[in-house]
Amino acid sequence: MEIIDRKSSPAFKTIDTIEMIQASEKFLSNKIPVYAINAGTQDLIKVEFLFSAGMFQQKQPLQAATVNTMLEEGTSKMNASQIADAVDYYGAFLETTISQDHASVVLYTLTKHLKTTLPIIEQVIKDASFPQQELETHLTNKKQKFLVNKQKVANVARKRFTELLFGEKHPYGINVTEDDFSNITIPILKDFYQTFYTSNNCKIILAGKVNEDVYSLLNNHFGGDDWKGATNPTIMVPQTQTTLEKKQLIYKEDALQSAIRIGKLMFNKTHADYQPLQILNTIYGGYFGSRLMSNIREDKGYTYGIGSGLVSLNNAGYFFISTEVGVDVCSNAIHEIYFEMDRLREELVTEEELQLVKNYLLGTFLRSVDGPFAMAERFKGIMTYNLGYDYFTRYIATIKAVSASELRDLANQYFDKNSMVELVVGKK
Amino acid sequence: MINFEKFQLSNGLRVIVHQDKSTPIACLNILYDVGARDENPEQTGFAHLFEHLMFGGSINIDSYDEPLQMVGGENNAFTTNDITNYYLTLPVENLETGFWLESDRMLSLAFSDKSLEVQRNVVIEEFKQRYLNQPYGDVWLLLRPMAYKVHSYRWDTIGKEISHIENAQMQDVKNFFKKYYCPNNAIMVVAGNVKVEDVKQLAEKWFGPIPQGPENKRNIPKEPEQTEERTLTVERNVPVDAIYKAYHMCARRDKAYYAIDLISDVLSQGNSSRLHKSLIKEKKLFSDIHAYVMGELDEGLFVVSGKLIDGVTMEQADAAINEELEKMKTTLVATEELTKVKNKTEATHIFGEVEVLNKATNLAISELLGSADLINEEVDKYLKVTAEEMRQQAIKLFRKENCSTLYYKAKK
Repeated sequence: MEIIDRKSSPAFKTIDTIEMIQASEKFLSNKIPVYAINAGTQDLIKVEFLFSAGMFQQKQPLQAATVNTMLEEGTSKMNASQIADAVDYYGAFLETTISQDHASVVLYTLTKHLKTTLPIIEQVIKDASFPQQELETHLTNKKQKFLVNKQKVANVARKRFTELLFGEKHPYGINVTEDDFSNITIPILKDFYQTFYTSNNCKIILAGKVNEDVYSLLNNHFGGDDWKGATNPTIMVPQTQTTLEKKQLIYKEDALQSAIRIGKLMFNKTHADYQPLQILNTIYGGYFGSRLMSNIREDKGYTYGIGSGLVSLNNAGYFFISTEVGVDVCSNAIHEIYFEMDRLREELVTEEELQLVKNYLLGTFLRSVDGPFAMAERFKGIMTYNLGYDYFTRYIATIKAVSASELRDLANQYFDKNSMVELVVGKK
Repeated sequence: MINFEKFQLSNGLRVIVHQDKSTPIACLNILYDVGARDENPEQTGFAHLFEHLMFGGSINIDSYDEPLQMVGGENNAFTTNDITNYYLTLPVENLETGFWLESDRMLSLAFSDKSLEVQRNVVIEEFKQRYLNQPYGDVWLLLRPMAYKVHSYRWDTIGKEISHIENAQMQDVKNFFKKYYCPNNAIMVVAGNVKVEDVKQLAEKWFGPIPQGPENKRNIPKEPEQTEERTLTVERNVPVDAIYKAYHMCARRDKAYYAIDLISDVLSQGNSSRLHKSLIKEKKLFSDIHAYVMGELDEGLFVVSGKLIDGVTMEQADAAINEELEKMKTTLVATEELTKVKNKTEATHIFGEVEVLNKATNLAISELLGSADLINEEVDKYLKVTAEEMRQQAIKLFRKENCSTLYYKAKK
């Protein structure tokens, strides 16, 4: 038998180039852009209708999210139950999702059932009727979930943290309160719906088996001028208002663990430092082997998990560290979080660690473009910022080229303890 | 259709190879046939704690994660009451690194004291984070010992209590490893753009020399039939009342499993399901309600759980659920409704074939269930279920004396 060396790693290759299928672009008759990733081995398709109709666009809390969910709850021709029956009968999945900047209606279906399911989606998107009774049920149930979530320290921390960063009135900072549930009315929903769910505010992203029939179906159902809105609504980007205290403790008497959030406003992915900062963030708290995980979980056992990240929004960005730790070690954990920041400001990352993170990030990127749905997700991440595929080329080049001293400079520029907002929910 | 080839090494390791040429990522999944059900009642939570220790270095390799990250890989693992499953994905060119890492920790762990000490703390924090410091987090810690009196499903994978984890000793770790972490107790799946011949050669090279371990003879006492209705009422600091009803059902390998799983779909799959339409939308008794099978390998549980609308009493909630379950016993599911849940099952299966990791894990579980072929036969088993079979199963299942009900009340 072959004698094998179990002590050292087998020879390996570092990833040189990453191939990804780029989205093609076509237009429906009414100019709605349709981007398609035609790939995959199964006869299925994901159709995403993307609208700039997120929390950022809303006039009051819950408006954007409620409109988005209520789309499924009735049209002038079908009630909620009929919509659900029709979608489920064909084994399709209809999802409505909301984020800070966008609202989506997503259909997953076997390609052969697209022609039966698409007309239902057409109604949902173009002809939602917002029945009063369904709205009441929805708000009651949503409020219960809200009350349950209010008891989760991690959830309270996540919400309060954006208020501390952006201010309580800023669209990215504002959070839902119990009172907001009473202030949602049908006219408020219809106003938002009619303004933002229009053909001139819509983009379509396809992933999976995409053939010519798909385009003609889309054009039949969504290509007309019957759902055109007024000119694209423009939203002013408000100033962030940061008069709140930088350090806060929300005391929870019976807490066994404290949720910690530390971070600061940063910038989004259109900024030149965003990509190198992603690499620095990975080293700091962005993967299982990160400094924060190695120190606070794997060395000290203070937590089940700790991580940091960069959040990119269309009109802002921020950096955060997030963890839940035993209440007795909360102060120690915070100390170590800053200690690891300082270490990146003072010491150069070793060549070995840097190489590891580079290889890991290239592998992660390769995984993130595996399969049609994943590639569509990555595409959405650039398209919504008006970035092209060269963004990824630059990302890979940045990973390969970034040096330890550049990373130290970045840490000095951005990882300043005194610039951080610090929030604890629980006990300290 | 998922194609695969299967072979076995002389030490008993079963290997399944699935070629998927469409992906640059390879996946290596190793399932160990050990879970929380195999634990000593005085040392619960051990299988899961052990999963954490599998990342604390092996006999020849100090760190599991770093070499994998160095070649662009990523990994994770999960423990259930039945199994412990480890998986990694990496660029296919670097597949051998996965073989090196996985074979070394199957050969022997480093058994580091520091790792044990730290992971005990990490798991205790996990216990707090997911079960204690979380609204409704302790539901399964309460419900399992109600439903099971004899079988080791009576505790959750996290363990009965924190002290069991605190008390874990190195000798226990070593014994557990010797008993369960051997090639004849594992199933390996390699998936991606790989050739069977290459995988054979790598498997022989890295796993071939690992000695066979003792035969895993499982001797878990069968749960006796429940003969009396069981109820428990607790009060907790939560905002909303909740109800949990658990009914004993057949084992995962039983033919009846498919009919029962479809019952749960009729009741609760999607917005067109009965519980959603009737109890959330029409009667407005619940803000949230679900019915599901837990999917245990041994005789398991069928669960209905829901959160009550403010002002609805537990009695009303209970009665409304019972009414829906009664209907399953008295009236055949209509053809269209049955076709609907079958279509959904079929579609879900096809969507499940998109991701290579998902396929690999499912192949491993199918092999454990008896044969990897099951992965391609399951849909057909669902399609063959008749409305009458479902009714018969409902009659067996939905009986008061087969049920444990937990009334989880909000402290006012």
